[in-house]
Amino acid sequence: MKVQSLLKLLLTVAMVATFPTLAADDPVKLQGLRGGTPVNADNPPSASHQERDHAVFDRDFVQQPPLIPHTTVGYQITKNFNKCMDCHAWQKTKVSGATKVSVTHFRDRGGQELDNISPRRYFCTQCHVAQTDAKPLVENTFKRSRGLQ
Amino acid sequence: MTDNNNMENKPAAGRLKRLTAWAWGLATSAIGIAFILGIVFWGGFNTVLELTNTEAFCISCHEMEKNVYVEYRNTIHYQNRTGVRATCPDCHVPKEWVPKIIRKIQASNELLHKALGSISTPEKFNAKRLQLAQNEWARMKKNDSQECRNCHTFTSMDYAEQNRRAASIHQIAFNLGQTCIDCHKGIAHTLPAIEQHIGAPKEGAAELPDVSKTPPAAPEK
Repeated sequence: MKVQSLLKLLLTVAMVATFPTLAADDPVKLQGLRGGTPVNADNPPSASHQERDHAVFDRDFVQQPPLIPHTTVGYQITKNFNKCMDCHAWQKTKVSGATKVSVTHFRDRGGQELDNISPRRYFCTQCHVAQTDAKPLVENTFKRSRGLQ
Repeated sequence: MTDNNNMENKPAAGRLKRLTAWAWGLATSAIGIAFILGIVFWGGFNTVLELTNTEAFCISCHEMEKNVYVEYRNTIHYQNRTGVRATCPDCHVPKEWVPKIIRKIQASNELLHKALGSISTPEKFNAKRLQLAQNEWARMKKNDSQECRNCHTFTSMDYAEQNRRAASIHQIAFNLGQTCIDCHKGIAHTLPAIEQHIGAPKEGAAELPDVSKTPPAAPEK
């Protein structure tokens, strides 16, 4: 009985002693990928660079859009002009030596084959991306598809 | 007799001497004044010429500031890792004196269009973008991209340091006698509509010549 009340007393003292510090000094820490930066401010730009030209990347998963093995800094993809098509359009690849646009891009969303690249495929960088030396924002345990290893 | 003669000649000789001195003084001072005025006018002319060759002058009219300057600010010729900047005249005005004066005289036409307000709004500018771009492409093609080559020359390029695409294409282009502007269009400003033969035909788009079949520009001196 005495030990029990002593323990209770100790527990109460401990709780009372720790409670205010918990409440005041340790607010719950919630942090997004932006860190604590308020929405009306910007984080300093991370100094990540697009990688220089290299050989074609292997694919990591089935149906992965091929990655861009060169920099695309300053490339215009506008209503007026598509810089990618300057080299990757079929009629340009003989001179440029670039990879041809896949024939899957000649199909509209209804599955109808067209005689030219489908408008829905115009914005190349929606799917195909250049690689940078940036560090992953979160831990990643992704493994390449077994059939592609 | 001789004495008499001497007596008569003395004032005449003195007058001649004074006249020569006066003429000589006049001539030298005239030359001197002309020389100084020459320095002043030539210096003034060149100072004004150089003043019109600055970025601040170029973008003092809103046609340039609100259209092409904004586009150029996103490109590598404005900001880059080494901090070397090419401003408007570096690309658009020849460095050599005679071509520079010719270009400056041609630019008086631009003053007329400034007064007419031909490109005073972004809409008007975009409507004329193709024509303006083609003027500049033609000029660059004609002078073998001289303004590019003031900084970038084929002969001083280290292909080993270039990206592999650039290294291979540059050597092909060099051998074909092509010039920078044949490929490097729209590097500092937004391009006008260009027909690329993908998707539906574009309305009012420019048809660019096939680079692989481009006739070579004037050989490099």
